Amino acid sequence: MFDGYTSSELMSIFAMQGFAGLSLFSVFVLMALGLAIIFGQMGVINMAHGEFMILGAYTTYLTSGFFQSYLPGLFGGYFFIAMILAFLICGALGALVEWLMIRHLYHRPLDTLLATWGLSLIMQQAYRSIFGAREVGVDLPEWMMGAIPVTEMVDLPINGLFVMVIALSVAVGVYLLMYRSGYGKKVRAVVQNRPMAEAVGINSAGIDRATFALGCGIAGIAGAAFTMIGSTGPSSGQAYIVDTFLVVVFGGAQSLIGTIVSAFGISQAQSTMEFFLSGSMAKVLTLLVVIGILMIRPEGLMALKVRR
Amino acid sequence: MKHSPLMKWFASREGMYYLALAFLLVVLLPLVLEPFRLNMVGKYLTYAFVAIGLVMCWGKAGILSLGQGVFFGLGGYCMAMFLKLEASTPEATAIQSTPGIPDFMDWNQLTELPWFWEPFHSFSFTLLAVIGVPVLLAFVIGIAMFTRRVGGVYFAIITQAIAAVLTILIIGQQGYTGGVNGITDLQTLMGWDIRTDEARNILYFICVGMLFLCLFAARFVQNRKLGRILVAMNAQEMRVRFSGYDVAAFKIFVFCLAAAFAGIGGALFTLLVGFMSPSFIGIVASIEMVIFCALGGRLSILGAVYGALLVNAAKSGFSESFPELWPFAMGALFIGVVLAFPDGLAGLYKSYVMPLENKVFKRNKSEAVPAVSTPAAGTTDGYSPMTETYSPEKS
Repeated sequence: MFDGYTSSELMSIFAMQGFAGLSLFSVFVLMALGLAIIFGQMGVINMAHGEFMILGAYTTYLTSGFFQSYLPGLFGGYFFIAMILAFLICGALGALVEWLMIRHLYHRPLDTLLATWGLSLIMQQAYRSIFGAREVGVDLPEWMMGAIPVTEMVDLPINGLFVMVIALSVAVGVYLLMYRSGYGKKVRAVVQNRPMAEAVGINSAGIDRATFALGCGIAGIAGAAFTMIGSTGPSSGQAYIVDTFLVVVFGGAQSLIGTIVSAFGISQAQSTMEFFLSGSMAKVLTLLVVIGILMIRPEGLMALKVRR
Repeated sequence: MKHSPLMKWFASREGMYYLALAFLLVVLLPLVLEPFRLNMVGKYLTYAFVAIGLVMCWGKAGILSLGQGVFFGLGGYCMAMFLKLEASTPEATAIQSTPGIPDFMDWNQLTELPWFWEPFHSFSFTLLAVIGVPVLLAFVIGIAMFTRRVGGVYFAIITQAIAAVLTILIIGQQGYTGGVNGITDLQTLMGWDIRTDEARNILYFICVGMLFLCLFAARFVQNRKLGRILVAMNAQEMRVRFSGYDVAAFKIFVFCLAAAFAGIGGALFTLLVGFMSPSFIGIVASIEMVIFCALGGRLSILGAVYGALLVNAAKSGFSESFPELWPFAMGALFIGVVLAFPDGLAGLYKSYVMPLENKVFKRNKSEAVPAVSTPAAGTTDGYSPMTETYSPEKS
């Protein structure tokens, strides 16, 4: 499949596709981090995660509209407000969903999967009723447009770089929260041994709710970032959900590093192959390879050893 | 087993339930409904095959597959390929640049039939493939997953990914599969026009007949020791393993069984509807199949039939009058079935209708039925699983 390309062309192709893969990687990381936290912590599969992401995206869309009409002078900075709003709104909705639905189903993970799927259907239709079936996009602030030329054949778009920066900062933030804070210590204690954690006085129900809300909030940030590189429609979230689950499972459910590594691998493989094959075949091949590896190594790339 | 066991079974309560379903499907609906509606009921029934498979696979054995649409689709596509080849005779396709191949291949500049289409000229091969291809795939997936003890949520996600892969593959490979439109314009089965009302009626009855065959097959499995082991495996997998049973083998078996049912359903779907397309087999379609089973009651094979009928009828009803409300109803159904009544219609029937039934039966003294059927092995997940809503009388 490399016939007809000179080696310098190949290098540029790999660089360009590699960068395109990096924006996919950023979206994957942002979505998968939220999922991985929820799945790793509670064993809950949140099928509505994509819809939480889209909620974040619509929040950004509304915020940008608000800034355009009322605060045009501050338009350059609206994105940061939008991101915080998206985090808060999605987190609050997440906490509500946990309280109403998820907490009754902790012992039935498969049923949670079905219930959250139902939730995702409802949310999708709600978006369709409120925002219409057409995809909406936001106007980028001026500083985010354009590209940085690296060589004469390779340009790096600034919005893509920006999304990547967000993804990495969120990843670092989650790492610090999980491994360097009191809250994180409690979360890990509950994951490793729930009865013992409760016995030493950790409020495991509270931890569960906070964690679910945190995961959903990160999905909101993912949605906000997503608007920078693509347009948002009612069912955009569903398009990512299968990939993201595979990212989480492939990385090893309870390992944040594993999630990031697998997001990197999957997105790079997909975007590099996309250049040489058709988009659909690239996706099929990527998914098949991931499924194949999971069959050989079901615990994922980096599994956390836990005695149950 | 001595004196006319079949008659005895029909007089039992379980037999009554089967007779009631047979009466509904064979007598009542054909009399009441016009041919168009009856054909739609037939279409719903093809989903009941999948739902029965899911009862065995998910309800009994605890393996949730979110990829049953794959097997449904494989069965359906096998049948569609045969019908398409029959419809694409050199005379009928004389205007194409390559006569004798299906029209969508011609549109995609294919000049000869791909090798994997060749065997579908034969009807007997097609019938074999309708069951064989899904079972083979299920067997491969099953071996890979269950021998490595992948289960639960992981299995669900991976089967869902497989459904995604198959859909993308079919849509992407237009020239070989008909792409997003699917395989359309199917006309005759061995020279018999399947588009007339009469043919559709006959196909409906064939569908009902096959459905009962599958119901009896599922009943056979669940009433044997095999069925008990499946339920036990769901409740206490380790204990079953330590008792010396090969858990993986049982799981592979039940997964293949569900795939076979789904394949049969898919083939009948193609015959009844007249085309097959990727929209019936993708992620969304596959997960909807789970709700048919869940609504009926995940442990009741008869419930699965009613579940498939009701959900699909509601779907058509809503989509005709309030299309924008259907996703809300569907979502509420998913959440409600899981949170409020995990045993579905069969569970509701058991707790509200059965007591009445018992009173009637007692007054007539016709049958000494134990009030409640034997509880299934153990209590899983905080709700009590129930066996069928009848007293199990071993024949």
